[in-house]
Formats: sequence, structure tokens, C-alpha cells
Amino acid sequence: MPKYLLLKHYRGGPAPHRPVPPMDQWAPEDVEAHMAFLKHVSELLEENGEYVDAQALTSARTWVRYGGPDAAPVTTDGPLPETSDLVAGWYMIDVESHERAVELAAYISSEPGPGGEPLYEWIDVREVMSEAPRATDPA
Amino acid sequence: MIGEPTRRLDEGALRALVPRVLAGLIRRGEDFDAAEDALQEALLEALRVWPEHPPRDPRAWLTTVATRRLVDAHRSEAARHRREEQPYAEPRPAATEEGDDTLFLLFCCCHPDLAPASQVALTLRAVGALTTREIADAFYVPEATMAQRISRAKRTLRGRRLDQPGDLAVVLRVLYLVYTAGHAGRADLVGEAIRLARQLTLATEEPEARGLLALMLLNHARLPARLDPEGRIVTLDRQDRGLWDTREIAEGVRVLQSALAMQTEERRPGRYQAEAAIAALHDDAASTEETDWPQILAWYDDLVALTDDPVRQDPAAVLGRAVAVGHVLGAAAGLRETDRLREVLGERHRWHAVRGHLHELGGDLPAAATAYAVAARRATDVTERDHLVRQAARARTAGLGRNSRLTERPP
Repeated sequence: MPKYLLLKHYRGGPAPHRPVPPMDQWAPEDVEAHMAFLKHVSELLEENGEYVDAQALTSARTWVRYGGPDAAPVTTDGPLPETSDLVAGWYMIDVESHERAVELAAYISSEPGPGGEPLYEWIDVREVMSEAPRATDPA
Repeated sequence: MIGEPTRRLDEGALRALVPRVLAGLIRRGEDFDAAEDALQEALLEALRVWPEHPPRDPRAWLTTVATRRLVDAHRSEAARHRREEQPYAEPRPAATEEGDDTLFLLFCCCHPDLAPASQVALTLRAVGALTTREIADAFYVPEATMAQRISRAKRTLRGRRLDQPGDLAVVLRVLYLVYTAGHAGRADLVGEAIRLARQLTLATEEPEARGLLALMLLNHARLPARLDPEGRIVTLDRQDRGLWDTREIAEGVRVLQSALAMQTEERRPGRYQAEAAIAALHDDAASTEETDWPQILAWYDDLVALTDDPVRQDPAAVLGRAVAVGHVLGAAAGLRETDRLREVLGERHRWHAVRGHLHELGGDLPAAATAYAVAARRATDVTERDHLVRQAARARTAGLGRNSRLTERPP
């Protein structure tokens, strides 16, 4: 079965369908509803046998590259354009098909936002490349 | 034979034997690496053989089987190396005290040449007798990664003389790392850390070992109240104190008192005793209003006095002290204390979370909401991040409600 990463972003991607303020400015009950939904998604995936992994990333980012022989690594954490992609976290799922991955991504995107209305958040769906099956390797 | 119950091994007793047998082998001059491998094989053999043929002296049995494996290993190694190197190290004097064995092994596992993550892993493996799988699960890494970390650590110890008394301060720090790792995730690590700290107090008179055990017990006692049934963090001031483990608190206080009784003019209580005393004062309050903040502040004063430059060397203590200052002298004074840490901790979520708490204490809810929100953005733990988002939303809504009716939403 193919594996997919369903990526959530702090920023980047298509223009938001429904712009909302940061979560810390929502009403407390809306925050609770949102968090309860995300917990429910993980449980649902586990019950379905589709769950592989879920992780959240902090928003701090450091770009690193080789500095050359005998030189320290070169790092930068900015300035970067505010529009550059910043991944917030992911679900990794193991599902029957691309259609199922899209269906689950859309369900996650229906997570409740301010006033209990769906967030319509864009979810980045990426297929994980599988390893070449050993059995069919040329001898 | 069907239905005959297999005699069940007492796993706890077996695990307790591991450090003693291992210490005996290493003292005899075996390499840590080889001895640990041989003992693992002996344990597998024990699991196979003992249910049918329980040994009369389990410790001697394990030592004999492990020694046999070692002799085999030495033989094949000696053949490989054509006896170029002396395969056996000098024998060392044997000691038999159980406490000595534990302490000796802890010093081996907390060898200063090892990185902290390796010290922790090796301690859990060799002294705690946890399997590689269990340790890997506890730190959320693949089993192969943890196996590699452990074998690299053992290789580092190869050829090192392990008969020097080690640095007890490192051992205490490693046990505390095990404990805090358990607090963040798996509760069984907490139990393991407490068990090892308890063993350590039997092996040394050092008051700081007792201080560490007391600190673990006194914080652990509050664990049942720390999360609600939904897994949300409950702050100390909102915890149901009826859920605290009073027996554990009583033991912690007893252990702490026995440590403090050993202090003299030259020997003031160390950091674990000071932190345990602060934990004991929190545990002792029947309600959050009854917390003895002046006493807590006094202990924090002692704690920050232990380092020359506390802002740089022990910023966590200075931050904890700022909270106590806020409760004793007022929120503004507490916030001024946190200002000293801006350069060192200004990027950390905890600094912003403490400032949020102090702003809230002073009644400035909008400032509290902003600080909590910044803290949430910098949190490195999902549970804590969610908690801080909730705090921000709560403070913000309460702040709005106080000034206007903006919280009313259309139906």
C-alpha cells in the first residue's frame, strides 16, 4: 500500500480559503474543539489501520550547508521572505490509494476553527517513494 | 504435560542480579563490553533453562555461565590475534557488598568519556537491566539506533581502567536525566530512576544522593494530578491536591530530612537538596493560597548562591526564583528578575511562559496573553504547546471580558 505524507504548514501554499487569526486569539472553547478534533483524527487513523506516524515541528528553522574544508558549517536562520514554505507537521499514512489520501487530507482540513466553522486549511499531500522490491532485483 | 503451568521466573529478582553479576565480572578484570555481552547471553540461557531447572544460587549460576561465554570469546579472540595482545587484564580486588557493586557499575556507565545520551543508555542497560528495545521505546528512537548507541558506548569503555572512583556528580546528573526523560514521556523510566537513586543512597553517604532521591519522590508524588483525563496539563495552582501521593511525599520528606541533618558549616546543602526542599514546600501546602512562598524564595536564594554566575550557569534556578519573587514581592519585582535572563533565555518558551504567569499574577491579562502566545510558538513539546495556546486564549478572552462585551458572539 502506498504511504503518503499529509503536511500542514505554518505558512506557504495557496492563498488561504478562509483567513483566520492565530489560534491563541480564538475563544477558548474553539481552541478546545480544534485540539479535540486533531486527537480524534489520530485515533481514527489508528483504528483504520492507516496510521504510520504523526509529528509536529517547531517553527524555528536553521538552514545549514557545508562550509568547505576545515571551515565551520554555514548556517542562516534568515532573513527569509515571509512567504517561504514552513512545514508545521505531518501525518504519515499507509492507505489503499491516492484517492483515499486526498479524502483524509480533506477531512483533516475540515478541522474546526473560530466559531466552530471549518478551517479549510490547505494540506500538502505527498506520496512517499517506496523501496525497490528486492525480489525483482536483476541478478 | 499439557496444562502444567510453567514455573514463572521472578523477573524483578533476575533484574536485580544483573548489576551484581556484571560488577563482579568487571572487577575481575573483564572488559565492560565483553562482560555485558556474556551476561546477556547468560540471561537468555537462564530464561530457557530456569523454568525447568531452577538454580540453587541464581547469582553463581549466571556468573558461571557468563564466565564460560567469556572464556570462549577470549579463546576465539586470542586465536584471531595470535596472542599478540594479553587477552586478560590484571585481576582487581573483589568486593562483595551489593551497594558497592551498584555504585561501581554506575561509575562505569557514567564514565566522563561518554556523551550524556550514552551514559543514560548504558546506565539503563547495565544497571537497570532494561532491554535495548525498552530503552529505544523510552526515547522514541528505532531499536537499531539505540543498539548502536549502546555498542559504541561499550566500545569507548574498552581498555579503560574502570577501577578509579568516578565522579558522583555525573552519576546524579545521569539519574536525573533518566528521571526527567520519564516525566516527559514514559512513566516506567521515572520508576527506574527512583529505583536506581534509592540503590545509590544505600551505596553512598553523600547527602546529595539522598537529595536527588527526595527530589524525585516529591515531584513524582504530584504526577497523578499533572494531567487531566484528556491529557491536558494542569498547572500546580489548579491541581486536585487530593490526587497527590501522600505516602510518597512522606518518604520524600523523610529522605530529605536525613540529608539535611548531615549539613555542617562547611558543608551546605547542594542543589538537589535545595530543589527537593522547594518541592517539599509545594507538596506541604493544603491549597495553593497556603503555599509558603517566603520559605520557597529563601531556598531559591540558597540555590542561586551555589554558582558564581547563576544567570549563565543556572538560569533555570534564576527563573524559578523570579516566580517566587513575584509571589512574595509582587509581579513587577518578579518581572524585573526575569529581565536579567532576557539575553540567556529570551528565545526559550519557558522564559515567556513565566512572564505570562507573572503578568497574570499582576492582573495584566493582555500582556499575559501575548507572553503565553509567544511561549506557545517557541514550545518544543506538543502537550506544552497546546497548554500555552490554551493559556493565551483564556487570558485573552478574560482580558477582553473585563474591559468590554466583545466576547459575545453572534448566535
